[in-house]
Amino acid sequence: MKNLNTLAVALAAATFAVGWYVGSSDETLTITSSKGGKSYSGGYVTEQSTSAKSEGAVKLRTTEGEIHVINPGDSIQTAVELAQPGDTIQVMPGIYSETVYIDKDDIHLLGVIKEGERATLDGLGKLNDAILYSGNNIIIENFKIIDYKGNGIMSQAGNNFEIRNNVIVDTGIYGIFPQLGKNGLIEHNVVSGIADAAIYVGMSDNIHVAYNEVFDSVAGIEIENSRHAIVEHNNTHHNTGGILAFITPGLPVKDTYDVIIRNNFILNNNTPNFGAPGSTVAGIPAGTGILIMAADDVVVEGNIISNHKTAGILITDHGNAANLTLDPESDPNADGAMILDNVMLNNGYDTIDEVKAFALTELHTGNIDIFQIGPTEGSCIINRHRYKTVGIGDFTDCDFTNTDDIENYLIAGGAEPRVIAPSERGEIAYLGVCTGCHAYAGRLIGPSVQEIQALYANRPEALVSYINAPTPMRSDYPEMPAQNYLDAETQLAVANYILQVGN
Amino acid sequence: MGKALFYKRQYSAKISVSTLICAALFIASSAFAKEGDIQIQLADTCPPSFSLGTDNRCSLRHMYQLYDSLQDSGIGGLKTALPKARDGFSPQQIDLGRLLFFDPILSADNSVSCATCHNPKQGFSDAMGRSVGINGQIQTRSAPTLWNSAFLSSFFWDARAESLEEQAVGPLFSPAEMGNTPKQLLMSLKNTDTYVGLFKQAFPEQKAPISIGNIATALTAFQSSLISLNSRYDQYAHGYHDALNDDEIAGLNVFRSFVARCSQCHTPPLFTNQQIAVIGTPEPEGLPRDIGAEKTFKSKVLRGGFKVPTLRNIAQTAPYMHSGRFETLREAAEFYTGGRGHAVPEGEVLLLHWHISEPDLTNDELDRLVDFMKTLSDESLVPSTPAQLPSGLSFKHMENNHNEKS
Repeated sequence: MKNLNTLAVALAAATFAVGWYVGSSDETLTITSSKGGKSYSGGYVTEQSTSAKSEGAVKLRTTEGEIHVINPGDSIQTAVELAQPGDTIQVMPGIYSETVYIDKDDIHLLGVIKEGERATLDGLGKLNDAILYSGNNIIIENFKIIDYKGNGIMSQAGNNFEIRNNVIVDTGIYGIFPQLGKNGLIEHNVVSGIADAAIYVGMSDNIHVAYNEVFDSVAGIEIENSRHAIVEHNNTHHNTGGILAFITPGLPVKDTYDVIIRNNFILNNNTPNFGAPGSTVAGIPAGTGILIMAADDVVVEGNIISNHKTAGILITDHGNAANLTLDPESDPNADGAMILDNVMLNNGYDTIDEVKAFALTELHTGNIDIFQIGPTEGSCIINRHRYKTVGIGDFTDCDFTNTDDIENYLIAGGAEPRVIAPSERGEIAYLGVCTGCHAYAGRLIGPSVQEIQALYANRPEALVSYINAPTPMRSDYPEMPAQNYLDAETQLAVANYILQVGN
Repeated sequence: MGKALFYKRQYSAKISVSTLICAALFIASSAFAKEGDIQIQLADTCPPSFSLGTDNRCSLRHMYQLYDSLQDSGIGGLKTALPKARDGFSPQQIDLGRLLFFDPILSADNSVSCATCHNPKQGFSDAMGRSVGINGQIQTRSAPTLWNSAFLSSFFWDARAESLEEQAVGPLFSPAEMGNTPKQLLMSLKNTDTYVGLFKQAFPEQKAPISIGNIATALTAFQSSLISLNSRYDQYAHGYHDALNDDEIAGLNVFRSFVARCSQCHTPPLFTNQQIAVIGTPEPEGLPRDIGAEKTFKSKVLRGGFKVPTLRNIAQTAPYMHSGRFETLREAAEFYTGGRGHAVPEGEVLLLHWHISEPDLTNDELDRLVDFMKTLSDESLVPSTPAQLPSGLSFKHMENNHNEKS
């Protein structure tokens, strides 16, 4: 945060006067009880329709598929290859050194714990990632994951996931990293020794991070370019920064808003920053309890935040952060920060020079619980007199005192996949795949659709069989590639579509 | 399926020449000659992958429409929706765009066409590190592929245009590229009877359809029909895991791992997240640093920044990077494991992208990455080259196979 210096100087004259004003208004205290008051209404309206009450993010199975039991010496990946959606893979205790990737939906990958002994994925310091997945409705639980170079558990675009009860030690950049997914639960994991974030939620929606212990990492829990996230009941200690909510500029999803950080233990996060040069977390000052950068509508409530040398809560815009790229599409300001009651002890006792310099512009010396810099709108706080604060002169008194009305932001029963009518599915597959080789009339590469219609009239199943395993029918035509990559539903839809399509 | 087959397309314009003699005469004539002899009927059906609506507009259909994406961002993993595509043009507009695209009448001296630098036989690029405009002028950057440009929201390496239309007029009137002027371009088209007829077909309700706006519309219509979404990778993505072999899947896993981090910017399904990234590749020997997006956004922090290019059909568009410094995919991949900033000259200040790290990829991993990138090839919907050009000029892209690299 080297830029803090420059801005501090630039703003010095202006804030000097404000500082005096705020200073003199300290005499009147507004004491607000956080019990029984109005609750925060939240930024996410649940589409309440389903009566199927779900405990987690993945819909409960009504029928169980096959259970594949994996023993040491077996390959977990081989089981994943065999598994069908709906199946469960049970991994018995022992050491497994492999990268497991799941490009399927509805797979439960469960480690078995026997008398404390876990199914352990060991990257031997050589393998990149332990578990990668792209499917929806994935559950990963009870593993121990050690010594990978990339990530412990990573997804790109899986919706409805539960990552639970895993012990993750020194797996490189991120311990748990869901990205570009919707509706996920990350709970009861113990993650440590991670060079970036122990738990990193990137570009995701409707996320719940709870009851995790994260320590000895650069960032404990990070909510980045994401919306509707709750981080609660976690114990984050001995990291460089405890819990982060921010916007990284230059990513394709541009905002972070509606984040609730509540009831966490955020303790002693003073570990020297060992993030990779150039990484966003490399700019976190050691000794930061909570960092809010450019994120909007972040509620901080009920946390115990203690023993952080830089600040208990650090709120900044992009302008005051170092080494960020320019992104005209990202709003650089942290608006709508909402600080409810928190227990804050011994923070900001040995802060960085940039923070000190800005504090001085408000004639503040000594410890700092809450530090805010940069333009902010709509931010509020209750019981501000309890804390040592810098830069919150613009904060109003919040008109609510708790978040009791919001249990979580998960989508009960899971985010549903896109519903496609069979006729639409048939048209998409026909135009998206078949028309590359088949014109309605006349030969393109393969025979015309009219010829196909004549050959298979009223026999869509026969057409499905053919496209699954084509056999040469015409010597002067190139062989048709099998279309067996289309699922059965799509195959039948496209067969029906072809047989009735007009020009 | 042989590649040659793809050049025999059904939807292309039907050209009839009244007599062979006339045709021969006019091929030899200049762009300003009157040539009423060519009768071209523009296509009345959409290209493959498009659905013709009752309003005579072509709407794109593709398999990724079966999926969603987070915040409709069009990025994600395997079964993820693409960004919204430009479509809705008429078959006639698309076909007119195709004829214009191949016709050197668009350049000041009839020496280059769009296809000169965006040759369909070379991945809609030109196998050159830096393309060549009129009078042999060497450009500062390479020609980006046009495949899947329907899905893009910014254009040119430095993201200075926000629409295909805005992009199209750039090279037309750039003195270094096609060197034309609006006045001369309009005049040469208006003086070509065939084009007068073609613009009437493509824009039937307009009194004076030959306009710069309509030229841009037709070129946009054609470019947005260049769809490549049926590669072997796509088959894998839709759920057919046998589409890729073990080496290619291993490559996919390196590609998306957080060690190599390729997929963080080259994000599926388009294999670009369409952002600006400063990665610090070297310029060709002796050339100054190209400041890239610094100019577009007037910001030093974007110095040397370029738009993340799609990797679809990447195997067809060597050499690589904005000025073609790397001859092969292997070299391009290797750049990323050379160390953060290893190719940035002393004294050059670049704010390198945070994903430019020190992945220490093994030789085997680099080979697998190349294996994987080659699975992103699909040219099944390459449009046909017109049998003959409305201007009567000869093609200027077939001979442009210089510097072809293995």
